[in-house]
Amino acid sequence: MTRTARRVDVLIVGAGPAGLAAGAELAAAGAGHVEILEREAEAGGVPRHCLHGGFGGGRTGAGPQGPLGTPARTYARGGTSGPAYARQSVAAAVRAGAALRTGVTVTGWAGPRTVETTGPAGLERITATAVVLATGARERPRSARLIPGTRPAGVYTTGELQQAVHLHGQWVGTRAVVVGDEPVAHAAVATLRAAGVHVVAMVTDRPSAPLRVRRPGLPLLTGATVTALTGRTRLSGVELRRDDGRTTILRCDTVVLTGDFVPEHELARRGGLTLDPGTRGPAYDAAFRTSQPGVFAVGNLLHAVERADVAAREGRAVAVSVLHRLSGTELPTAPGRPLVVDAPLRWIAPNVTGPYGERPAGGRFVLRTARRLPRPRFLVSQGDRELHRQRLLVPAVPGRPFHLAAEWLDRVDPHGPPVRITVPGR
Amino acid sequence: MTVTVTTAGPLPTGDGPGSTDGPGDGTYDVTVVGAGVVGAAIARELAGHRLRTALVEASDDVGNGTSKANTAILHTGFDAVPGSLEGRLVREGHELLAAYAARTGIPVERVGALLVAWDDEQLATLPGLLAKAARNGYHAARLIGAQELREREPHLGPGALGALEVPDESIICPWTTPLAFATQAVRAGVHLHLNCRVRGIAGDAGGHTLSTSRGPLRTRYLVNAAGLYADEVDRLLGHEEFTVTPRRGQLIVFDKLARGLVDHILLPVPTAAGKGVLVAPTVFGNVLLGPTSEDLDDRTATGSTAEGLHLLREKGRRIVPALLDEEVTAVYAGLRAGTGQEDYRIRDHPGRRYVTVGGIRSTGLTASMAIARHVTGLLAGIGLDLGDRHDLPELTMPNLGEAFPRPYLRADLIARDPAYGTLVCHCEHVTLGEIRDAFSATLPPHSPDGLRRRTRARGGRCQGFYCGAAVRALFEGGRA
Ligand SMILES: Cc1cc2nc3c(=O)[nH]c(=O)nc-3n(C[C@H](O)[C@H](O)[C@H](O)COP(=O)(O)OP(=O)(O)OC[C@H]3O[C@@H](n4cnc5c(N)ncnc54)[C@H](O)[C@@H]3O)c2cc1C
Ligand SMILES: Cc1cc2nc3c(=O)[nH]c(=O)nc-3n(C[C@H](O)[C@H](O)[C@H](O)COP(=O)(O)OP(=O)(O)OC[C@H]3O[C@@H](n4cnc5c(N)ncnc54)[C@H](O)[C@@H]3O)c2cc1C
Repeated sequence: MTRTARRVDVLIVGAGPAGLAAGAELAAAGAGHVEILEREAEAGGVPRHCLHGGFGGGRTGAGPQGPLGTPARTYARGGTSGPAYARQSVAAAVRAGAALRTGVTVTGWAGPRTVETTGPAGLERITATAVVLATGARERPRSARLIPGTRPAGVYTTGELQQAVHLHGQWVGTRAVVVGDEPVAHAAVATLRAAGVHVVAMVTDRPSAPLRVRRPGLPLLTGATVTALTGRTRLSGVELRRDDGRTTILRCDTVVLTGDFVPEHELARRGGLTLDPGTRGPAYDAAFRTSQPGVFAVGNLLHAVERADVAAREGRAVAVSVLHRLSGTELPTAPGRPLVVDAPLRWIAPNVTGPYGERPAGGRFVLRTARRLPRPRFLVSQGDRELHRQRLLVPAVPGRPFHLAAEWLDRVDPHGPPVRITVPGR
Repeated sequence: MTVTVTTAGPLPTGDGPGSTDGPGDGTYDVTVVGAGVVGAAIARELAGHRLRTALVEASDDVGNGTSKANTAILHTGFDAVPGSLEGRLVREGHELLAAYAARTGIPVERVGALLVAWDDEQLATLPGLLAKAARNGYHAARLIGAQELREREPHLGPGALGALEVPDESIICPWTTPLAFATQAVRAGVHLHLNCRVRGIAGDAGGHTLSTSRGPLRTRYLVNAAGLYADEVDRLLGHEEFTVTPRRGQLIVFDKLARGLVDHILLPVPTAAGKGVLVAPTVFGNVLLGPTSEDLDDRTATGSTAEGLHLLREKGRRIVPALLDEEVTAVYAGLRAGTGQEDYRIRDHPGRRYVTVGGIRSTGLTASMAIARHVTGLLAGIGLDLGDRHDLPELTMPNLGEAFPRPYLRADLIARDPAYGTLVCHCEHVTLGEIRDAFSATLPPHSPDGLRRRTRARGGRCQGFYCGAAVRALFEGGRA
């Protein structure tokens, strides 16, 4: 098998918001040959098929987040539409001088910083001084959620739904149930309505929350677990069990399983990178270093799932670390201490302390919870040493980020046990 | 070569490549009902003779019944009931299919099986199983101790005491196999009629008139390979010999990233309740956990259940604990055609120009080619003049197996046609070239599922998050 071998200075895998921002920043900073590889025919990542607004700029900008984390109940508010955002990000990267190659898939590794690719022009083996992984995240499909029942057509994730409607103009059904109530679920509702599909209900297994904003014309069933899908060739219904034990069948020919994101981590794993058990993305420190020297990671691969501008901000921020590597001034990878969370917390990012106590962006960590926690207290400890206590003045809500100050980082013993973040009394 | 594959409209007559002894009035010499792996194998075997043969199938594709949903193991038959027909046909079928797979490119990997004993009682059973293997003519099995077992399968859960090693148990592609049989059969002149359900059968001295959902069909000889419905087809001829009881097997397919956890087919020590739950690699590079074993009376109940999945996860946790942390790619279920007898129900009916091929329970994929030979012999025995045997045209199937170079890794193919370098389904590395080829193949797909079984497109971990809409667009375009 003949592969063309090449060398570049920086190789970026994935041309979503994160990869494109990294490419733009690095090319503009004179990082040499910066190449971005994208397996889709068009660059831009997920925003390509998010027709609603809310990308970049406006209220979704880098400013401090309000109590409700992401803007209101959906992504929309200010900013531009996804496709426009994607086009702008692509243009910025190309303008800065990054080489963007679409239709090229990184299929595996041939060395610590050498990847193998497949594209219409043939097979390549590309070695880079620095590799930046920006492969994004996907929603768990029905099978991974172990939803029993028959296997009819009409079962979607939001990603597939948006592409079917917005990129291919496909017919998706007449009556739909949306499973999930995070912002992406509302994006799914919008897409369904744009396609002329009646949305029967939105369902979530979470308990009913106080002050939940109800949307007119959209019944929200809380405390409802999907117990089966029915139908032979086409979906005929979604079977639910309510928290009080009652079961219901919602008649519909389409169901959209939203949220429940998992990083697209195949390459990271195949490259032998240590993964974080919480995020399931590569374990990384505040400088976006992974366990493999010279391999960096940014965007939703690290923490499924944050907003596009968060991914883009990380893309820009990684440039500093990559430039250090290119100029030989990189800090050696010392044994960073893993940061681990206890239930009901789901994950923390970054999840490794840097060797020199670097602070994460904005001086704070991002966390997610599995359960709603009204005004929670957090305890940060290392072994039996308490490092930090903090109280949140607002509820922590599943599906939305909240933050933990990073000022305790310099109290971490670089040779001590992992650092734990807990919610005492839960 | 004229290929006759029909999917709609009235059935054409049986004027195939001229039979020597037929009445020449459009009657088929032989009609095989059911294009599962067994029916397709029989049609292929008959295609090697100068006969006008029809293969009729109720659904829109071959291999669309039980044959698409099994554990995909090419069994040695080491544990068969000695002296049974099934035992003999599995043994012969293993040899025949392994050789055929090597010739045609059906993916097979000889990974070997380990029958793992988890307690003293099971450990004590192993020597008996070794002796049984020998009685079945299989001599390569051997006992291995706990330490060697651990070396061979480092991710095995704690407490495994020893194992019986069966080095020739293999994994095979369940989708390419019936497709290869049927493709070769129709290329050699067999008529394949899809969407054609047999609803009634009238017999006379000259043969049978089948009434089907697409009109009547005349045939001199009839083979019933209708799988779960073999008893019903039998009854259409007035035979009341057995009733099929579907026995459901639910399975969980784990992600490719789990493949490194398992090197062999890990079999449980069989009990009275059946063969039990296994963990096995697949030729697609995934790991299978299953199947359950549930007697039902609904022959369409191929859904999964919360209890079934729970049970599998409990069993899996014991066998390879780390498996449970991996992402699940797919969940499916297949129905075995149980008949209350620990053997196949293959029977000729001399006065009736008819052979029943029923009760092909949990080994039909392995035994398919041997069953086909056996059935062809039975047909000859009840008066069908087979004439000379001739070789079938050679066949090469597209490779779906991970252990052999797939198109996306082949610089030669891509240089000739860039479509083989254009990936459409990312999780499974399926290229535009392969999808296009599927539509121009002798047996093109008629559903997205059919396309998946020919290419793996959309069958991976994301189940369509990335490629679903694009694959559907290609499917709709490819059919247009
Ligand atoms: C349905 C949905 C709606 C959303 N709505 C909003 C919104 O309104 N506002 C907002 O701010 N955010 C929204 N988001 C989140 C936003 O889309 C993400 O934060 C952002 O896309 C993350 O960027 P990324 O670059 O990390 O990943 P992605 O955008 O996922 O990009 C990753 C890229 O990597 C490519 N890739 C992966 N593996 C390989 C490989 N091996 N070889 C080559 N290329 C590869 C992929 O094809 C993809 O293009 C939404 C997300 C989803 C799923
Ligand atoms: C869970 C499970 C695991 C298994 N594991 C293995 C294994 O590891 N190895 C192995 O060798 N075997 C295995 N098997 C067994 C194997 O899958 C079956 O023995 C084999 O597929 C049976 O093939 P068949 O052609 O008889 O039936 P089918 O594949 O069911 O084909 C019968 C066909 O007949 C058609 N039909 C029915 N009625 C009519 C009608 N009236 N008119 C027209 N067409 C009709 C149906 O549509 C169907 O396509 C397993 C089975 C199950 C369920």
